[in-house]
Amino acid sequence: MLLAKIKEALNSLYEDVQEAPEETPETPETEVTVEETSPEAQAEKSKSGEQEAGPEAEAAAEPPPPPGPREKDYTKKGYHLDVDLPPEKVVAAAEILNRENFFIEAITGVDWIDEQQLEVVYDFNHFAQLCRVVIRSRLDRNNPEIPTISHIYQGANWHERETHDFFGIIFTGHPNLEPLLLPEDADFHPLLKDFKA
Amino acid sequence: MNGLLQQDVNQETFVLNLGPQHPATHGVLRVKLVMDGEYIVEAEPVLGYIHRMHEKMGENRTWAQFLPNCGRMDYLSALSYNHGYVAAVERAAGIEVPERAEYLRVITVELNRISSHLLWFGAFVLDLGGFTPLLYAFDDREQILDLLESVTGSRLTYCYFRFGGVYNDIDDSFITGTREFIKRLRRRLPMYDALVTKNIILIKRLKDIGPIAQDMARRYGATGPVARGSGINFDVRRHEPYSVYSEFDFDIPVYQEGDSMARYMVRMDEMEQSMRIIEQALDKLPDGPIMAAKPPKIIKPAKGDYYHAVEAARGSFGVRIVSDGSNSAYRLKLRSPTYSNLSLFDEASRGMLLPDALALMGSLDLVIPEIDR
Repeated sequence: MLLAKIKEALNSLYEDVQEAPEETPETPETEVTVEETSPEAQAEKSKSGEQEAGPEAEAAAEPPPPPGPREKDYTKKGYHLDVDLPPEKVVAAAEILNRENFFIEAITGVDWIDEQQLEVVYDFNHFAQLCRVVIRSRLDRNNPEIPTISHIYQGANWHERETHDFFGIIFTGHPNLEPLLLPEDADFHPLLKDFKA
Repeated sequence: MNGLLQQDVNQETFVLNLGPQHPATHGVLRVKLVMDGEYIVEAEPVLGYIHRMHEKMGENRTWAQFLPNCGRMDYLSALSYNHGYVAAVERAAGIEVPERAEYLRVITVELNRISSHLLWFGAFVLDLGGFTPLLYAFDDREQILDLLESVTGSRLTYCYFRFGGVYNDIDDSFITGTREFIKRLRRRLPMYDALVTKNIILIKRLKDIGPIAQDMARRYGATGPVARGSGINFDVRRHEPYSVYSEFDFDIPVYQEGDSMARYMVRMDEMEQSMRIIEQALDKLPDGPIMAAKPPKIIKPAKGDYYHAVEAARGSFGVRIVSDGSNSAYRLKLRSPTYSNLSLFDEASRGMLLPDALALMGSLDLVIPEIDR
């Protein structure tokens, strides 16, 4: 139940993703649009949106695998919902999860050096029902920036600092992005694959 | 912090450095406190004094070579960490574990949980100024260490689990020894209750001290006894049953108050529940192999990422594996419970008296090597 509900709520974010490149490249008002649309309207929008997006995605050079949150086999993977989002949508996703009373389990990174990308992975879980949601976002490896969610989930503060320590990912708007686990003058990021001790 | 110092001449604050060497921080944790007299205005934990970059070691070693590392993070409940890592790799590589091995895992992990709670109990009361209970608790804990030593070969930094099973079978002397220990601890717990829990000094030090609201626990991702002391009925063993936990009848102690006393009571009650699990596991212990018939010699999980969480003594310990299909992890993320539990210390301790904040800190049950990793 919770899984279906959160999947639908998160699906609304993909509407903006597909529409955004045509009209406004950067949409800071995404949170507002999410709140205004009722669940029914979102469902309708998502149906029509997917139909529209199909040809467009094919026209583009690399068609992303069907957009939207993907359900995973829990027994094999250990989580239920896998959500790929562009960095600017992560805050809106965190707000949706916060409204549904999810708690944050961890934030971490993965260095995909072959693709010149850094991935940020957010693990969310729920106290009342078993529902693990993974939010991920790919960043440019040479300019890794993503907005902070530490104003929504205060626990994210340390997780983001740790991810900054290890990968050099910059969480814009973070109140105190100082080294936490590494020495205070550390200028290296040990979990990058090209890190040499 | 400078802004705070300068903002008001009438409200003079000063910075107090607690640690990194301080008996109350149980290891090398430093807390930078901005104090207004005896009251805390701001508390900033400074971590990393024993940071060893276990996650990088996970990338540089084969899956099996990383096993001993698990016992060196949370050294007080090392077997929970063993369990979390082994279970995550088993999930990724699709290794089946025989039932007897799962039972042995549960028995030893729960013994380890009791020993961890006993040490916390002694050290916590020591923080509050009571020396004697530490000696009692260590006496009991010693019995567990002897039992676990006979099976695992080590007394603290266990490395007992293998992919597909456990390293060593238990014998009759372990079973009788464990049953005797449970009898013994059941005699001792009422004594702790009379000596410590009902002690007016302890109650005055803990009751209504360091309240953590449910919402605060959620926003910071607090788990384990910290969350359960705040009325959150969340235990990975029940919520997301792994291993053979679904086969046992046990309660999840939950207290609504959210103060340090509630967290204290959760852990004291959990010891009894762990004993119940061990008793049932010993009664039902199936015969059979303790290792999978043909565990792969070289483990190569399929490409992709996998997550597995277990309930360690301090909360939900999660392992996120990213595999590129090779003999070692592409990325190994270790989600340690105390890291999240400690991160709420700043918000929770504001406006508290310093000695009360130390009671709050003790009730979080910190293990520094696990926070720093």
